[in-house]
Amino acid sequence: MDIVKLTLTKVPDLYLEAENVTPDHFAGKTAQQIGELHVHLGNQTAKISDYFSVEGKGGETAADTKIVIAGPTDKVKYIGMKMTAGEIEVQGNTDMYTAAWMAGGKIHVKGNVDSFCAIGMTGGEFIVDGNAKNYLAASYRGDWRGMQGGKVTVKGNAGSDTATFMIGGTIDIGGNVDVHLGTHAEGGKIIIRGNAKGRVGGQMVKGDIFVLGQVERMMPSYILKGEEEVELDGKKQMFQVWIGDMGERHAKRKGEVIYGKIYVPTGAGETAAPAIHTEKRKKLTDKQIEHLKEAFKDQEPTVQQVRTYIYDTFDVDMKPMQVSRLIDGIKR
Amino acid sequence: MSKTVTDVICPFCGTLCDDLVVVTDDEGKKILSVENACAIGAEKFLHSSDHSHRVTRPRKLQEDGSFKEITYEEAIEYTAQMLVNAKKPSMYGWSSTNCESQSVGHEIAELCGALVDNTAAVCHGTTLVAVQNVGIPSCTLGEVKNRADRIIFWGSNPAHGHPRHMSRYSIFPRGYFTGKGQKQRKIIVVDPRCTDTSSLADVHLQVEQGYDYELLQALRAAVRGQELTGDIIAGVPKEKVYEAAEMLKSGRFGVIFFGMGVTQSLGKDHNIDAAIMLTKDLNDYTKFSIIAMRGHYNVTGSGQVLGWQFGFPYSVDLSRGFARYNPGETGTIEVLKRKEIDAMFVLGSDPGAHFPMQCVKEISKLPSVAIDPHITPTTSICKVHVPVAFVGVEVGGNCYRMDNVPIESRKVVEPPEGMLTDQQFLEGVLKRVRELKAN
Ligand code: SF4
Repeated sequence: MDIVKLTLTKVPDLYLEAENVTPDHFAGKTAQQIGELHVHLGNQTAKISDYFSVEGKGGETAADTKIVIAGPTDKVKYIGMKMTAGEIEVQGNTDMYTAAWMAGGKIHVKGNVDSFCAIGMTGGEFIVDGNAKNYLAASYRGDWRGMQGGKVTVKGNAGSDTATFMIGGTIDIGGNVDVHLGTHAEGGKIIIRGNAKGRVGGQMVKGDIFVLGQVERMMPSYILKGEEEVELDGKKQMFQVWIGDMGERHAKRKGEVIYGKIYVPTGAGETAAPAIHTEKRKKLTDKQIEHLKEAFKDQEPTVQQVRTYIYDTFDVDMKPMQVSRLIDGIKR
Repeated sequence: MSKTVTDVICPFCGTLCDDLVVVTDDEGKKILSVENACAIGAEKFLHSSDHSHRVTRPRKLQEDGSFKEITYEEAIEYTAQMLVNAKKPSMYGWSSTNCESQSVGHEIAELCGALVDNTAAVCHGTTLVAVQNVGIPSCTLGEVKNRADRIIFWGSNPAHGHPRHMSRYSIFPRGYFTGKGQKQRKIIVVDPRCTDTSSLADVHLQVEQGYDYELLQALRAAVRGQELTGDIIAGVPKEKVYEAAEMLKSGRFGVIFFGMGVTQSLGKDHNIDAAIMLTKDLNDYTKFSIIAMRGHYNVTGSGQVLGWQFGFPYSVDLSRGFARYNPGETGTIEVLKRKEIDAMFVLGSDPGAHFPMQCVKEISKLPSVAIDPHITPTTSICKVHVPVAFVGVEVGGNCYRMDNVPIESRKVVEPPEGMLTDQQFLEGVLKRVRELKAN
């Protein structure tokens, strides 16, 4: 297997779109030819060599090509998009759409990834050592096909809307997930080793979700069907099985209605008091108000000035309406 | 002597009332009175005709924080240069202007490889995402007036946000098949708070804040006669959920109106997705429709024009020369937070007041232009402020009502001497952009 090493030498001022960084595009090319491939920054087109140093060469086919990416790649999008074979290893973090529509091969990101990674994935393996943000393995906007095959492993946490419209494949999350897991799912298997924040399997028609930690609040449209012994990671374990989503229409097979299933280890259940989702009301303490009065003494500040000041000094983001009421209050 | 203009459109909220009567002085310069409008609508007319507090020429922010008056030509030059030189400019707003201006703006955006986004980004964008996922069974407000006997207001308070909505379309009017008006209708309000709208309701479901999705899915299961888990569903007793489901099924024609209470609370597009699916389910039993309570008078129009020109209703990214759309990535708030853009153009909106502070600060650091008849928090942080004539008062143009019905707005008075309209200014910019791009 031939290795191409890309090292980011210039951090882009905005974000870089690098959908050409895949074994499919690099195969059969020399370092120089690879350097000539395009990357995009806003409405500008540049070359890979403008941002990366390129060493080595591509293999004969995509399957014999491995790409190793080093440097601060936090602002690089679309790495490994639509790749079909070969390997990519990223030593740092990557931005959105890493492994998007991936069809085969392997991508290993040692840091964190941003949102929309592995969307519409159909095959291959995607491994993230850190955390992933929202819409991991979901569908693209308006598409009814999320992840369809392959395997996604995230060792850390994942964000909200993970696996929306999932049809097939496996997702394994080592940590916690945010709300809306497996929404609209029609197949596939999801394993969450930490806790799930709620709305698990909303509008799910078919598929299996394992939550080994706790589910913050089970959807009211899920019904506890009973206990079942299921094999997971080669071990047999007792699980409570919930079926649903009862709000949806479900298909029948051999006279039996097929439901989406949520498996929770017996004894784990829901957390006692679900955290309330509302934001805390943004208010200043009396001391901060005194401080503010002092700062704007003998002045006629605009709402914008005061809002900026409050944000900078107290790190509270108030609405202009609130600020203007506050100013009126202080004047009186 | 005075002149009376009838059938005037109110350019304020998405209800887009089209029955206003405006009385002006005989030169057509000053508005003397406005009839039929609600208080907010009337105020918009009277306020705009009082020229004393208006800025009538573009202004440029100086080093010391003060503004200096510049000519329209200089403002056009600055705007064109800014957009042409930027690698990824954002053109945001578009909700308080007519469709003609939007169309010119989009042409500029396409030439400059910009992001185009409208205020749906902070209100009903999530609705559009949901519509794309599951479609939408909808109708016009006229049908609501003439046929609907089941009305749901979900997370919206028209008594304050859309004052004449209830009297013209949803609760009180007597229509062709709804001759008894309010007596014939059953009103359901879903809102965690008690509001002026909920006081008119037959059933008020006081959903626990942030659990609309759970309640919607429970309602769907209840409509289907399924069991539910738990005695209290998202803050509402189980029996009440079944009762509401029965009430919906028993109607002849129902409508769900939903507002920002569900589009911007936890779950966002998922809430609307579930609400649309509920509407679809109810169509197995009776006739049901769903309509978004859009805020700005022409935010719907912006979605229409963008949809017609680029295929997507908001958050369109044209930077690569073709249209891409992915709210969450290409939305204005996200790109500002992530520092993905290098110039900001705002027209007909006030992100300075509605965006998180982090984004507001980002705007103030970027080269920026704000087009707005008023002085707003946005105009005071942008580098150049271009005042323009009021659409719907000083210049006409096409607008779309919340139910996607296009209505031509009317000009009732002259703008202050020498002021340009949105469209004229944008055409100036477009011409200059073309010249700059040609070299
Ligand atoms: S309801 Fe809306 S459109 Fe009608 S008059 Fe009032 S503000 Fe204007």
